[in-house]
Amino acid sequence: MASDAGAFATALDLILGLDPDLLGIVALSLRVSLTAVAIATLVGLPLGAALALWRFPGHGAVVVALNALMGLPPVVAGLCVYLLLSRAGPLGELGLLFTPTAMVVAQVVLVLPIIAALARQQVEELHHEYREQLTSLGLSRLRMIPTLLWDARLGLVTVVLAGFGRASAEVGAVMIVGGNIDGVTRVMTTAIVLETSKGDLPLALGLGIVLLGLVALVNAGAYLVGETSRRRLG
Amino acid sequence: MHHKTRIALTAIGILGLSMAAQAHAQGSESEDGEKYITLASTTSTENSGLFDAIIPQFTDKTGIEVRVVAVGTGQAFEIARRGDADSLLVHDTAGEERFVEEGYGTERANVMYNDFVIIGPGGDPAGIADAETVAEALQLIAEAEAPFASRGDDSGTNRAELRLWEAAGVEPGGEWYRELGSGMGPTLNTAAGMDAYVMSDRATWVAFENPQNLELLFEGDEALFNQYGSLLISEERHPHLKHDLAEQWHQWLLSAEGQQAIGDFTVNGQQLFFPNAE
Repeated sequence: MASDAGAFATALDLILGLDPDLLGIVALSLRVSLTAVAIATLVGLPLGAALALWRFPGHGAVVVALNALMGLPPVVAGLCVYLLLSRAGPLGELGLLFTPTAMVVAQVVLVLPIIAALARQQVEELHHEYREQLTSLGLSRLRMIPTLLWDARLGLVTVVLAGFGRASAEVGAVMIVGGNIDGVTRVMTTAIVLETSKGDLPLALGLGIVLLGLVALVNAGAYLVGETSRRRLG
Repeated sequence: MHHKTRIALTAIGILGLSMAAQAHAQGSESEDGEKYITLASTTSTENSGLFDAIIPQFTDKTGIEVRVVAVGTGQAFEIARRGDADSLLVHDTAGEERFVEEGYGTERANVMYNDFVIIGPGGDPAGIADAETVAEALQLIAEAEAPFASRGDDSGTNRAELRLWEAAGVEPGGEWYRELGSGMGPTLNTAAGMDAYVMSDRATWVAFENPQNLELLFEGDEALFNQYGSLLISEERHPHLKHDLAEQWHQWLLSAEGQQAIGDFTVNGQQLFFPNAE
């Protein structure tokens, strides 16, 4: 098919042409997904660590629920946030529907379970390893959370990247709560859906290649940071 | 180590919060600075490029930005019912009149029309190209049990298609009748992939860039007429909406200037929408 060969040329044109529309879409994609991941990280890491350290009735059920939510279909997350933010919904007064803020909220819902569930597992393993030392230092469990998170930081970078991958790849949630409005809530993935529906497959695939490149750049940055700190630790 | 941890955590916290604040600030930037309305409309108007052609003219004149959420007609009604759009531009006259009767809309007006066309594989296995009427064409497809791709998404096009089957006295079903539950573009993509017949609005078809083996096989029957209407939403039900701005958009669409803009829009030299406001 001609569109396959055309896609790379289109992607190259898009990048080299520095089309202002495309730049806007790329900037919004990064802003929405990075903000969502930052919020989910702030909440998810301590939450995951707390789940690893505390045992309470129903602990197992919470862990299973969190793990199950990692598979939450984006379109379902989007629908729930839509019903919440719609004028007829409980938070309708805020008027957030069809804004980038609504997209951030939807992506936090998607990313938070991934970061919390994976962080719980990492911290739990580390805690098993160092339990006696930590107890002999007389640290309370609340104090252990930052210590363990810091010690697990290299692994947690991968956890956060998994969350970012989810956020930047999903289309179902941002399509519903953002509305794919040109110049306001159009991001890379919704633009790809739009161009596919117009039958402009080379442009759609070209946009896909650009998106993949962006995600690769973010991952490369995280890798470099990880390697540097690993070397410093010896 | 503790000291460092706290610094790192604080740094992450500040970074996250500032990013969230920035996202919010940029997102609501134009809410403070500019006037805008949210318009729920159909994929056919958006995908064909009509809005890109006419909205800038309206914005230049009035300073009002129009933010288009392009979905199927069924979903557009639902968005408007919930109070999430300031205005509607859709193509399901019966549904639009019901919307007004139910008290959600206060006014409905004809804006423009185009027509539906029947697309099919170049070989035309059911032989519909020579049919006299669209009813006959659909009957031929059903008799031949040739694959037919239906939107199946409760959109304006889908509703029109179901009415045409009914008028043709055929109850579509069986292996050959495939309900895709997708928008017009995705349905054309799929139909191209499985060499199926499909009914499309002319605008989406003309602007569609991946026809593969598909061709326009049947057109011109009056039953294929496709009317678009603009609706204003009840102030009583949804007092928070921007009724004044929506009214300006509605009136502009019906004005000589708006009608001219619609008529002037062409793709590949073809006029796609015909203004017919009274």
